[in-house]
Amino acid sequence: MVSLRLDGISARYGRRQVLGGISTPTFQGGQVIALLGPNAAGKSTLFRRIFGLLKGDGAVEVGGAQTGRPICYMPQDTGANAVLTVYESVLLARMQGRRLTVEDADLAQVEATLEDLGIPALSRRNIGDLSGGQRQLVGAAQALVQEPEILLMDEPTSALDLHRQIELLTIVRDLARGRKMLIVAALHDLGHALRFTDHAIVLRDGQMVACGPTGETITPDLLRDVYGVAARIEPCSKGMPQLIVEGVA
Amino acid sequence: MTAQPLPDKDSEGGRGFYRALVLRRQFILFGLTTALLLSFCVDLALGPANYALSEVVAALLRPGQVEDQVRVILWEIRMPVALMALIVGASLSVAGAQMQTILNNPLASPFTLGISAGASFGAALALAFGVVLIPAAIDYVVPINAFIMAMVTSFLIYALSLRRGVTIETIVLLGIAMVFIFNSLMALIQFFASQQAVAAVVFWTMGSLTKATWPKVWISAAVLAIELPLLARHGWALTAMRLGDAKAESMGVRTRRLRLEILVLVSLLSAIAVAFVGTIGFIGLVAPHVARMLLGEDQRFFLPGAALCGALLLSIGSVISKIVIPGTIIPIGIVTSLVGIPFFLFLILSRRATTW
Repeated sequence: MVSLRLDGISARYGRRQVLGGISTPTFQGGQVIALLGPNAAGKSTLFRRIFGLLKGDGAVEVGGAQTGRPICYMPQDTGANAVLTVYESVLLARMQGRRLTVEDADLAQVEATLEDLGIPALSRRNIGDLSGGQRQLVGAAQALVQEPEILLMDEPTSALDLHRQIELLTIVRDLARGRKMLIVAALHDLGHALRFTDHAIVLRDGQMVACGPTGETITPDLLRDVYGVAARIEPCSKGMPQLIVEGVA
Repeated sequence: MTAQPLPDKDSEGGRGFYRALVLRRQFILFGLTTALLLSFCVDLALGPANYALSEVVAALLRPGQVEDQVRVILWEIRMPVALMALIVGASLSVAGAQMQTILNNPLASPFTLGISAGASFGAALALAFGVVLIPAAIDYVVPINAFIMAMVTSFLIYALSLRRGVTIETIVLLGIAMVFIFNSLMALIQFFASQQAVAAVVFWTMGSLTKATWPKVWISAAVLAIELPLLARHGWALTAMRLGDAKAESMGVRTRRLRLEILVLVSLLSAIAVAFVGTIGFIGLVAPHVARMLLGEDQRFFLPGAALCGALLLSIGSVISKIVIPGTIIPIGIVTSLVGIPFFLFLILSRRATTW
């Protein structure tokens, strides 16, 4: 099973240090990890550093990988206006680094991924004509079609309606459990983090301020210190943790 | 869990749709090839002595069995010009297509980056003042000057784009700056040059296929033949570039390295083309857009499509340049702009589908 551990990793933009000394315990396939923190905390930078797009000190240790490219990164949606259908754009993600000819197995994987995400009906739409939420689902499809062992998702639900947010995160959690994938997702909705993730890494100003099981990590003290809000966490009638925000601290 | 299907008007999707799309594109490529062959034959048939298409086909397939006069006119005089139209059209279009792709800019072309302007300046130096950048046979002084200045421009942009913090927008702006610099230098040359030299410079900048010779055809064809497979092997990565750098990088594309490699390849391609025939601006800008409208941006179809569209447009331009005023060959650069741009506007305005 795949595993991921960060050992004192850092990153710089020019002379400016944007990420410093982040170390985590070893995360295993089958887990969903929440990457939390306010805006500009360094979440996207950490993803880019783990994925290898940024250089820096420290080590990203991946163990037990079955493939040569175990990590896949789903960046924040930036929109695109290429003359490509959704089907082609997902196939494109699948075919990177492979031969130019497409085989049935590749098409089958594209279709299965679109089905999993509930978007087969978008197949023939041009990617430039999609809404923000649709683009985000297509972005998830582009990542999942590569069959990664470790998936880094940068704010995967930011443009989705509530129904689709819960649906996507449920799919993500089920994929992690079923395929023994390790998923790290940057989230702003702490309620979703409490409900769908096993562990949380919390960043502020490029430093890690907390790391542990999500239910134990997200505390009123942390919310006040990191997000500047007064909040409490109480179990709902079904026993699930619920975040109640009282106001700005 | 599988998500609840997202409702959409276009409920048909999947493999059948994709296979139909591929088949349609193969059919379009076949159609373009057929049109190109036809245009090529018509181009050969037209001239001071007009021939029937059947005569042209006979001369092409069985050159030993036609009259010597016909064979000489078709093979020695018209063939290099007609072939040059195809090769230069394809080269400029492929160069423009990949510049638009790597710079994510619909206005990118060998003109935008100043490569054509650099070539014009190099040619003007030779034509106006007899400046020879590299000693060569008299026939090749102007093209070699043009080629050197085009490559100097490319490498200047290449070197500047290696600097930290240079974005793709900056590269386009650098190109535009080059265009203005070379245009000013051209104006300076024309100010000091003799009237006769100015006329030669102006004629060169109009672009003309009549400068074509067999050696020039072979050189241009060789560069194109070497570059097409080099570009094709990056097919998936180049298609991904159109989704933006962040998305392409997330798919494992090393965008910066690929952009620089492609920039070098297409600079060479366009420098060779403009050095031999002068500046034919319209093709490198518009032919890729026509290919994109017809075939989308999957490079497996877009790349050959761009080459075919460029070759076809320039070949048709060559035909028109011969028939507008009988007995006179109008410079091809003028024809392609006058005929091609209204056609391009018609395509853009008559289509509702995404064109960029």
